[in-house]
Amino acid sequence: MSGSLEETKKHIADYKKVAATLAVLTVLTVAVSYLDVTVPLAILIALVIATTKGSLVASVFMHLIGERSRTVHWTLALTALFWVVLMFIPLLGQADHIGVPKTLSNANAPAAHGDEAH
Amino acid sequence: MEIPYTVEERPDTGINNVRLGIWLFLASEVMLFGGLFSTYVLLRVGATEWPLGASLLNVPIGTFNTIVLIGSSVTMVMAHSSLKLSDFNKYKLYMGATILLALTFLCVKGYEYWEKIESAHLPADSTYLAIYWTMTGLHGIHIIGGVIVNAYLWGPGSGMWRTKREQFENRVEAAGLYWHFVDLVWIFLFPVLYLL
Repeated sequence: MSGSLEETKKHIADYKKVAATLAVLTVLTVAVSYLDVTVPLAILIALVIATTKGSLVASVFMHLIGERSRTVHWTLALTALFWVVLMFIPLLGQADHIGVPKTLSNANAPAAHGDEAH
Repeated sequence: MEIPYTVEERPDTGINNVRLGIWLFLASEVMLFGGLFSTYVLLRVGATEWPLGASLLNVPIGTFNTIVLIGSSVTMVMAHSSLKLSDFNKYKLYMGATILLALTFLCVKGYEYWEKIESAHLPADSTYLAIYWTMTGLHGIHIIGGVIVNAYLWGPGSGMWRTKREQFENRVEAAGLYWHFVDLVWIFLFPVLYLL
């Protein structure tokens, strides 16, 4: 990051724009949740907005957009890779059951008929 | 003993140890919260029923808290910029605002928890509530940690500005990176738990 006064003043102008954008996107996230859409589409829209907001915070507030250090780049790239693996683990677990209407037990679920018999 | 590379860049990494340290710490934090998000996906995909967050949680309060936390991120970055502009009074103002906004967030979260306890919506009640309490609780602990560090940098720790300006600026930057990360986690927690 540069330490020049002019650049700092320019950054401050950027922070204000990003702050306004984040506030608008937060309201938009809530507004979209009231739309009558299917659950997968609602999840997709919410995550797209959240990812946009997260990218703005990371790139502008955390200054990743001007980060020149390769050490930081590699650290974050490796982290992102492992994060993707983490997110795929639940999906891999479900892959065994594709097409089979069998689900994991859940505290919210009503008691199974088999359980009532015992 | 002088700790090396607190301000100047290390030749092999290209950054000073403060920034390297905080980025490595944040990488470990991504994996900590990533594990919980992964657990959430596993539980939700496997559940036969999953309550709509809005039916159990207060969305207007959650939205208000999201705006508060984003606001604290803005004041935090402004505090760091004020140091870069050598305006210590503004730094104190913005850092103080960051701490106040963080405390507001905690108070509102505390009210939400109290409401849940009053209506007996406890972790043992359902998988959804268990993951809600775990994720927001861990996030809340991170907020408390951030408030402690920021309060130190606002109060007793700010004396370093008179003696070692660059090192103090680095400390505020590191605290800021942590604070933005905590904000970033909430940006994902809010829609996942409250709206979907």
